[in-house]
Amino acid sequence: MKALAEHFVSTTNSCKLCKPLGACLAFRGIEGCVPFLHGSQGCATYMRRYIISHFREPMDIASSSLGEKSAIYGGGPNLKLGLRNLMNKYNPQIVGIATTCLTETIGDDTSRYVTEFCQEFEEFLNFHGRPELVTVSTPSYSGSYMEGFHAAVESVVAKLAKNEAVVDSVNLFPGFISPADTRYLKEILADFGLKATVLPDISETLDAPALAGYEKIPAGGARLNDIRAMGGALASVEFGRSIIGSHTPGNILLQKFHQPLYSSGTPIGLQETDRFFEILEKLSGIPTPEKHALERGRLVDSYIDGHKYVFGQKAVIYGEMDIVIGITSLLVETGMKPVLVATGSSSKNFRNAIEDVCSGILEEFPVVMEDVDFFDIASEIKSLEPNLLLGNSKGHRLSKEMDVPLIRVGFPIHDRFGGHRQFSIGYRGAQNLFDLIVNTLIQRKQDSSDIGYGYI
Amino acid sequence: MGSTIFEERDRQIHRKGDEPFSMDCDMPSLAGAVSQRACVFCGSRVVLYPIADALHLVHGPIGCAAYTWDIRGALSSGPELHRLSFSTDLQEKDVIFGGEKKLYQALIELINRHSPKGAFVYSTCIVGIIGDDLGAVCRRVSEETGIPVIPVQSEGFKGNKRAGYNAACKALFELVGTGVIDDISPVSINILGDFNLAGEIWIIREYFERMGVQVVANITGDGRIDDIKRSHGASLNVVQCSGSTIDLAIMMERQYGIPFMRVSYFGVEDMAESLYRVANFFSDGDTDIMDRTRELVRNELAQLYPLLEKYRKDLMGKKAAIYVGGAFKAFSLVKAFRLIGMDVALVGSQTGTEEDYRELYDITDPGTIIVDDSNPLELSSFLQEKDVDIFVGGVKERPIAYKLGVGFCDHNHERKEALEGFVGMLNFAREVHSTVMSPVWRFSPRRISQHSSYELSLKAV
Repeated sequence: MKALAEHFVSTTNSCKLCKPLGACLAFRGIEGCVPFLHGSQGCATYMRRYIISHFREPMDIASSSLGEKSAIYGGGPNLKLGLRNLMNKYNPQIVGIATTCLTETIGDDTSRYVTEFCQEFEEFLNFHGRPELVTVSTPSYSGSYMEGFHAAVESVVAKLAKNEAVVDSVNLFPGFISPADTRYLKEILADFGLKATVLPDISETLDAPALAGYEKIPAGGARLNDIRAMGGALASVEFGRSIIGSHTPGNILLQKFHQPLYSSGTPIGLQETDRFFEILEKLSGIPTPEKHALERGRLVDSYIDGHKYVFGQKAVIYGEMDIVIGITSLLVETGMKPVLVATGSSSKNFRNAIEDVCSGILEEFPVVMEDVDFFDIASEIKSLEPNLLLGNSKGHRLSKEMDVPLIRVGFPIHDRFGGHRQFSIGYRGAQNLFDLIVNTLIQRKQDSSDIGYGYI
Repeated sequence: MGSTIFEERDRQIHRKGDEPFSMDCDMPSLAGAVSQRACVFCGSRVVLYPIADALHLVHGPIGCAAYTWDIRGALSSGPELHRLSFSTDLQEKDVIFGGEKKLYQALIELINRHSPKGAFVYSTCIVGIIGDDLGAVCRRVSEETGIPVIPVQSEGFKGNKRAGYNAACKALFELVGTGVIDDISPVSINILGDFNLAGEIWIIREYFERMGVQVVANITGDGRIDDIKRSHGASLNVVQCSGSTIDLAIMMERQYGIPFMRVSYFGVEDMAESLYRVANFFSDGDTDIMDRTRELVRNELAQLYPLLEKYRKDLMGKKAAIYVGGAFKAFSLVKAFRLIGMDVALVGSQTGTEEDYRELYDITDPGTIIVDDSNPLELSSFLQEKDVDIFVGGVKERPIAYKLGVGFCDHNHERKEALEGFVGMLNFAREVHSTVMSPVWRFSPRRISQHSSYELSLKAV
């Protein structure tokens, strides 16, 4: 493995986002939920704009809009006022309250404020159907947005899940996947005859149809009653190699209710998807339904048809850890050569996971970089001479400067259309990504040749 | 209707025609109301951002820098340092032990790497709380590196966007007066409050140059540190936009006796009026300037009007809603819509003053809704009530319009089409036309339920 680039104190062109943004995304995947940021007004607005530019969907995030007085005397009164105003206008079933660096730094005890609020406004809450109030600590100065995402899901499960009755379903914690992927995931589960609660479920809330009126809270999302029943479910399945072994929703359910937990990588590529389907076969007791077996078969067929276009092509993958691990797995199994994998965040599992998905196929492991920005990536990349970049759209400058094509995957995709409808997981996602990769390389060859091949 | 409006916000909404004009504004946003506003930091960042040869370092946790990376379409004719996003990415230990050392090291490192002409260091929420002495660090780095390093007091929670404008103006004012002004013509101006979105300031500069007016400094679109340093040598400050740079103009008037005038480059009337007023200012010393300006306007209009006509024919009688950051832009938009035959049914802004809203009241038609610091629930209900054909706003307003089957025009800082100047009016008309006249609305559920013309429209396609 090569020595990593010189370490800089400053960050240039960050490869991560801040923690509360992830919490807001996760909360959006719960039915009747409004995300609420306890902090200054700007945080909510900036994150809304950032998320809207990817999904092209309304994304209302409430804020306690703290001013100077609150910063000195505490944000409790504004938090309570904000919650009342929000309930009056939005009538949420649940409010997901995430803290920000401001409220963490001034030492606001957000959970205590919420407890006080529930006592002080009992009648008011009764009138509004007793919405759930879930808090999560997400100071931006510690961790990145995926940690905020997981923390929010974890808070919801810790607060709401009970095991009052045995329910005939499984819990699925997919991490941050696209609405299209979420719909597909639910389709797979249904085809296996499994009832499932997917949390979060952004399949409808962040990809809604055109409407006759404005929905205050978009329809869809994981149902509260299903989340409450999670403790009595048959098992939990959790995606993401980066979070295995850490404090996760699945682990909470395991510890509290001794519920079996199946952890798998985010199922990107053939092998990672196979592992997920094995879990589904075990849980359902039936073999993979023919429809999916055929999709798998067609995927393998296409791997064969396309293998020569991609063999030995050098790739750089960057972005959120579990997407990066999955993409790396797909590239390696198709014969490509990841030369650098990079993420703006960090996890004790990341390097091992990368080596794990490379081992057995790749002779030389890629350079692995954690906690990096795009400046670090750019410095490292020059000597590697990649043929392809894969990651979110924030690498577009790098792609242009180096004249290397970029395939946009993950979040955010701000400079292309339909990123939230992109399939990345399962056999269908692998097919989509492989087609994209092969075509990008073919186009490169066609464009850079004077001959202008008509058949490639 | 009433149910979407917060009682506390009643006085921030006025319906023209009901009663005499009276409105509350310039207030903190209501907690829980999903305001479309950002924060103090945002105000400072948008004003200073286009200075292309400066280092813009955000001192704080990563979010503030990440969300403002290359966010504006502010173009540069030379260096593009402003398009990179620099942060100290404060971590927990910095919050506990202070971030001054990290800030110092980051500044030295980045200045050595990029050799900028100057640096702005933006304070964020927690920097205001942990008490880092930004001023002291900036002074030290400035002495060691020999370039101006200027702190921007933009802690997010210390007011609203307007406070951020003020902090940016104070930062700019530290530069003004430090450059050489020997070679500046008496017929000279600074352009304030234009951010060169989609190259707009180049259009405006060209008009002024054709009039024989020297432009000393762009403040801040396509801006340069050295130009701003000598901007006190100009004879006049020409200030656009609602307040983003007006504080700087006032400071320069007090300190250097430079008068200022407020202008707008949006729409034909305001564009022409702006050029005439500048010409008039210099007409004592330059007797031909007014003739040159008339000639310019005449030529531009002769080209523009025939081209506008085809759009006007299609758009006549259609209805528009406007919700923008600054109210000053809204004045011009109301007039611009009139020019292409459209009626404005709703107009609002994030940061307007009472004076701004009074002017909007004066220039709009009876029945128009005027709104300050609005939110998605109000805006969506107004759009439906007024049944408009287009909504003008920014990215956050776009999904509100589209979900409801209403056209949209981005008039915010992310726009990619130049909308200023005479040519900008044509671009504006073309963009409005491209969304209002699109056939896709016939499939939109709201339009279908409204007109019950589903089958008819199906037959039509």
